Amino acid sequence: MRWLIAFLFAMQAIPALAQDALPPAPYAYKQLDDPALEAKATALMETLRCLRCQSQSINDSDAPMAGDMRHQVRSRILAGEDPEDVRVWLIERYGDYVSYQPEVSSTTWPLFAVPIALILLALLVLFGRLGRRHKNGDA
Amino acid sequence: MIAEVGLAALWLATALAILQLVAGVLGLKTSDARMAAFSTYARQAAVVQAFLAVLSFGLLLWAFAITDLSIKLVATNSHSMKPLIYKLTGTWGNHEGSMLLWVAVLALSGGLLAGLERRLQERTMSATLAVQGFVALGFYAFLLLSSNPFERLPIPAFEGSGLNPLLQDIGLAIHPPTLYVGYVGLSVAFSLAMGALTTKQVTPDFAKVMRPWVLFAWVFLTLGITAGSYWAYYELGWGGWWFWDPVENASLMPWLAATALLHSVSVLAARDALRTWTIMLGVLAFSMSMLGTFLVRSGVLTSVHAFAVDPERGTFILVLLGLYIGGSLAIFAVRASSIAEGKRFSATSREGALVFNNVMLSAILAIVLLGTLYPLLTEAFDVRVSVGPPYFNPAGAIFAVPMFLVMAVGPLLRWKNDKPARIKVELVLIASILIGAVVLIAVLGDYSVLAVLGLALSVALGAAAFLPLRGRKIGRTPLSTWGMIMAHLGVAVSLFGMASESAFTQERLAAVAPGTTEEIAGWTVTLDSVDPVAGPNWTAIEARLSASRNGGEAISLTPQARNFWAPSQATSESALITRWDGQLYAVIGDTAGIDAEGNQRWQLRIWWKPFVTFIWYGGLLISLGGILAIIGRVRVDLRRRRAVQLGNERRADQAALEETASPPKAEPEPV
Repeated sequence: MRWLIAFLFAMQAIPALAQDALPPAPYAYKQLDDPALEAKATALMETLRCLRCQSQSINDSDAPMAGDMRHQVRSRILAGEDPEDVRVWLIERYGDYVSYQPEVSSTTWPLFAVPIALILLALLVLFGRLGRRHKNGDA
Repeated sequence: MIAEVGLAALWLATALAILQLVAGVLGLKTSDARMAAFSTYARQAAVVQAFLAVLSFGLLLWAFAITDLSIKLVATNSHSMKPLIYKLTGTWGNHEGSMLLWVAVLALSGGLLAGLERRLQERTMSATLAVQGFVALGFYAFLLLSSNPFERLPIPAFEGSGLNPLLQDIGLAIHPPTLYVGYVGLSVAFSLAMGALTTKQVTPDFAKVMRPWVLFAWVFLTLGITAGSYWAYYELGWGGWWFWDPVENASLMPWLAATALLHSVSVLAARDALRTWTIMLGVLAFSMSMLGTFLVRSGVLTSVHAFAVDPERGTFILVLLGLYIGGSLAIFAVRASSIAEGKRFSATSREGALVFNNVMLSAILAIVLLGTLYPLLTEAFDVRVSVGPPYFNPAGAIFAVPMFLVMAVGPLLRWKNDKPARIKVELVLIASILIGAVVLIAVLGDYSVLAVLGLALSVALGAAAFLPLRGRKIGRTPLSTWGMIMAHLGVAVSLFGMASESAFTQERLAAVAPGTTEEIAGWTVTLDSVDPVAGPNWTAIEARLSASRNGGEAISLTPQARNFWAPSQATSESALITRWDGQLYAVIGDTAGIDAEGNQRWQLRIWWKPFVTFIWYGGLLISLGGILAIIGRVRVDLRRRRAVQLGNERRADQAALEETASPPKAEPEPV
């Protein structure tokens, strides 16, 4: 049995030797003791992208880098930082790409302008179609 | 031989698609009898083509079953050691195979339409089959010219390179085929819409022909999305059920369009209104299907730059996309003015409510489309942005909340014109449930605005779903009405599950040694042991957990951390305990060092997710509603057709009798 366990561990280590050699950071897989702080951290982590994965948040990923980022977020929240400040710090470090919550900027403004235009368009269509009291009968 | 026969069948099917296109177009010229005679070939071409395309897919399935390693596709995507079921499902776990499945379903639905549909006017049918042939032709060309699934290797491979272990799951057996049936069923709706537009026959009769196809596609899309969501939930090992991932959005967008189309086509069938809307939504729904196929199949999602380096396939689909969407919009632009909008109605009528919600569905579709495509667009200019739940949830809710409110009331309204005062009892009931639920939840705890709204709306919608039964005899309610009730109830149930999961989920992450006990939401979970286990093509660490709820009997759970060796990849196999009010979800992770007594510790992740299963129960209810509606409509239709036939026969008999006996006074005709 022992050789099998050793073999399994060897198998696990092969794909990413360099990264997995170190044990995961303390808060990568450990929650904060204070439930309120943990809830804040989880809410933030759900909106941060795991840069090594395809379309996963760092809260949903087994990648070592996601673990490190979870550790960063939890430690900073524990130190009393505001979640949005942590987000800003991560964006400064990794770029806009890391945050799933786009901010209004010169490159993202259409994401916010289009929904407003859609609301207006929807109202326009609805008033055009339903607003007037139509006489009964065919058009 | 298998590969060659499959390829030959595909080429023959392509030739028949050309025949179908030409014959369908010639069939439009009813003025020339010799040309019109061609139209009979269109139906036959479609039927034989369906047979050939399905045969071709069957042969590829066979090649995967016997792991024929001389075929490149099998060698690169399969492995002789894989269980048979995953060898078979692996047929569509790759680009070429899934495109062949796409085309086979396309041909099959075209064949069914040509073989079974006799109600539609012959000219409209000709035009429809021509469009269907044209669509099929593009995809055959795509398969044969850029993604040949039957390509041989010069020297057979010694062993295959295997299938992504995430895909080695029963979820993959169900999810893509159901989704494809849905995507491709919409192609028939598209062809019918284009056919009717060409011959200017956008009538209630046409809508009655189109409706079962839309319902059918919509049921499969719903099932496909539901299965995909559950698969991601238990397979990815973190308990998420929707990520707003572009691949998921690619399946959601056709569903949104199909939902709008479904309601629009019902208005056209019942009231002869919303003609251009129905055609427009038919075009939109299939465009979204093709866009989804493009997003998933072109590699554009992995990276826009990877797509730019090897653009052959992506460009091909993009050209097809442009051709079909552009072409149909052009026909629409030319013809739309010749079709009147149909019967009018007031804002406070059932049509009014349906129009409102179709606009809302289209707006949600636009938001999803924008959020999915915008990051791809900026990436092309080397600006990388991420659009995720913090964007989609509130932006979608702007339109979803009014939609749900109208959805609660809409089915209670009468067609054409109604007074809100008539249903004031129901309105007061729905409003008081809604306000009561919001107040209750807000008092009980501190939850996000969207979760509170979702919970309250789901309760109100659930009650409102049954209100259309008020004043009806339960036994005499038409099956299609039950279908609507089921589907609307399903939306409420699903929404309840989503809101409940996001508001009340409890999480416990811990590094534990065997023998340790963790507590979560009334459950006591003990890690008994951790042992290595082995499967046919993987080895794993398996944890034995015993979980008991409120001191009840212990239930054993065995989550695994698997390592596959061909290809080399690790996956988490979660273990679930399902109760009526939620699921306990357990995952075993990596080792986590040694504890104070020198015991090996393991990462354990446990969630209690209240009512999470309602998300998928709701999806199943929605599909069930669609199935009931199909059965109800088809049954009524068959009964009506038989009645008409009987009436005609009786009239013919009567006429024959009158001719022979020629009575002086004609009796009143029995109806």
